[in-house]
Amino acid sequence: MNGIFSSSIGKKLIMSISGLFLMVFLLVHLTVNLMLLVGNGEVFNQAAHFMATNPAIKIIEPVLAIGFIIHILYASIITLQNRKTRPIGYSKTSSNGVTSWASKNMYILGGTVLVFLVIHITNFYWKLKFGEVPSISVNNGLTQIDDTYSLVSGLFISYWWFDLIYVVGAIMLGFHLSHGFWSAFQTIGWNNKIWIKRLEVIAYIYAIIIAVGFSIIPLYFLILK
Amino acid sequence: MNIKLKIWRQPNAKSKGRFETYSLTDVSSDMSFLEMLDYLNNNLIREGKEPVAFEHDCREGICGSCGIYINGRAHGPQHRTTTCELRMREFKDGNTITVEPWRAAAFPVIKDLIVDRSPLDKIMQSGGFVTINAGAAQDANSILVNKKNADEAFDSASCIGCGACVAACKNSSAMLFIASKITHLAQFPQGQVETHQRVKAMVAKMDELGFGGCTNTRACEAECPKGISISNIAKLNREFFVAKLKE
Ligand code: HEM
Ligand code: SF4
Ligand code: FES
Repeated sequence: MNGIFSSSIGKKLIMSISGLFLMVFLLVHLTVNLMLLVGNGEVFNQAAHFMATNPAIKIIEPVLAIGFIIHILYASIITLQNRKTRPIGYSKTSSNGVTSWASKNMYILGGTVLVFLVIHITNFYWKLKFGEVPSISVNNGLTQIDDTYSLVSGLFISYWWFDLIYVVGAIMLGFHLSHGFWSAFQTIGWNNKIWIKRLEVIAYIYAIIIAVGFSIIPLYFLILK
Repeated sequence: MNIKLKIWRQPNAKSKGRFETYSLTDVSSDMSFLEMLDYLNNNLIREGKEPVAFEHDCREGICGSCGIYINGRAHGPQHRTTTCELRMREFKDGNTITVEPWRAAAFPVIKDLIVDRSPLDKIMQSGGFVTINAGAAQDANSILVNKKNADEAFDSASCIGCGACVAACKNSSAMLFIASKITHLAQFPQGQVETHQRVKAMVAKMDELGFGGCTNTRACEAECPKGISISNIAKLNREFFVAKLKE
């Protein structure tokens, strides 16, 4: 294992594993969020309460934060190192018909996702953890839980530009993953001439699920409420 | 056909280069790109000017020395073709063609369109060989290799070391080059002896010589004149992780 993570391939492995972990997180996150579209918010409030109080989730939370930090840190290290490899650029470049736009702009796409992430955390997570959130009684008045539904729907109904930010954020993330998904498998070495086509298709499906899934939530509140 | 050429001119490694524009008339569409440059150079010599330096040897797509960046593509616009096999019919009458050397920190310009590709040789010297005595032709026949491995090895072995993968990659990574060598040798019993050492040494050498890392943009396989697939890079990554784990 000597020096594996100082090699170019080893650094890329860190990107890949952290990226795969974040992609699993996104699926869980989306599943919970889609409950916002069900009924008048009881389902979502219960789910959010479960996520906020479950001990397993409490353990995963810091791991998730570390996952993000590592992914962003290595993204910056790799991108800076790679930029140094061509001091004099080409005066003319043309498309080769294969390289995707997303694959060439992963740092910019990731950076946009990071900006969105900061806005997103201040909008909800921060308020739920450290701010004042109205509570609601459930179980026939036996328990009081945070009314997360009102927090979310309030933001999306009152400010159209937040809806816009969330939709743009979801689309940028979708582009990031349209390349990131299959790229992560290629980095680990789980790819060959047959699987590359399959992985690319799955990558597009996954990216569309994430982009559309996260976009319909603000749009639902903007248009229907 | 008549064309305009915008060519990078740089007298030596130390000087600052610049683009010069040349007009060329009566170019035959059957000429190869290098024949067109020969034609230009004849004119330049007749005018008492310095001819354009470019590297070439076999002129049949097997030596890998002729790499030039043409109109923003490594080896020009035609898929799976080296510069020497590229024909002028790929361009239109009246076109301006931009002609540049490979650009990478690891490939410094020596003169005009010629770059120093010896870093690829240094990577090979670090591990791209077998140390056992591979014997003569009949010895090769006595060691059985299954057909699938033989075919895959042959595909990978078709790399001619031209450096187009490095030139086209936004990170100037030599991963496709290394991957083809690793995959080639990993398919054979003869290559097994130092397989772990080989992959570690070649990757370390690549990193040391100022090539970038792979970000899977696939520019390398798109521009490789031999169509080496990035599935070779997946295999390289597997070989690398296994070698590191077994340390
Ligand atoms: C939920 C958020 C995110 C997910 C699910 C995610 C996922 C991924 C995945 C799966 C990869 C492919 C890894 C590989 O090629 O082996 C990747 C690559 C990358 N990510 Fe992210 N990412 C996220 C956020 C970010 C952020 C915030 C940044 C910040 C700068 C970022 C920057 C990058 C870069 C630069 C690459 C390309 C690295 C390379 O090819 O060398 N990502 N991401
Ligand atoms: S992998 Fe292809 S592009 Fe790279 S050096 Fe070999 S033949 Fe040239
Ligand atoms: S001159 Fe040998 S490959 Fe082009």
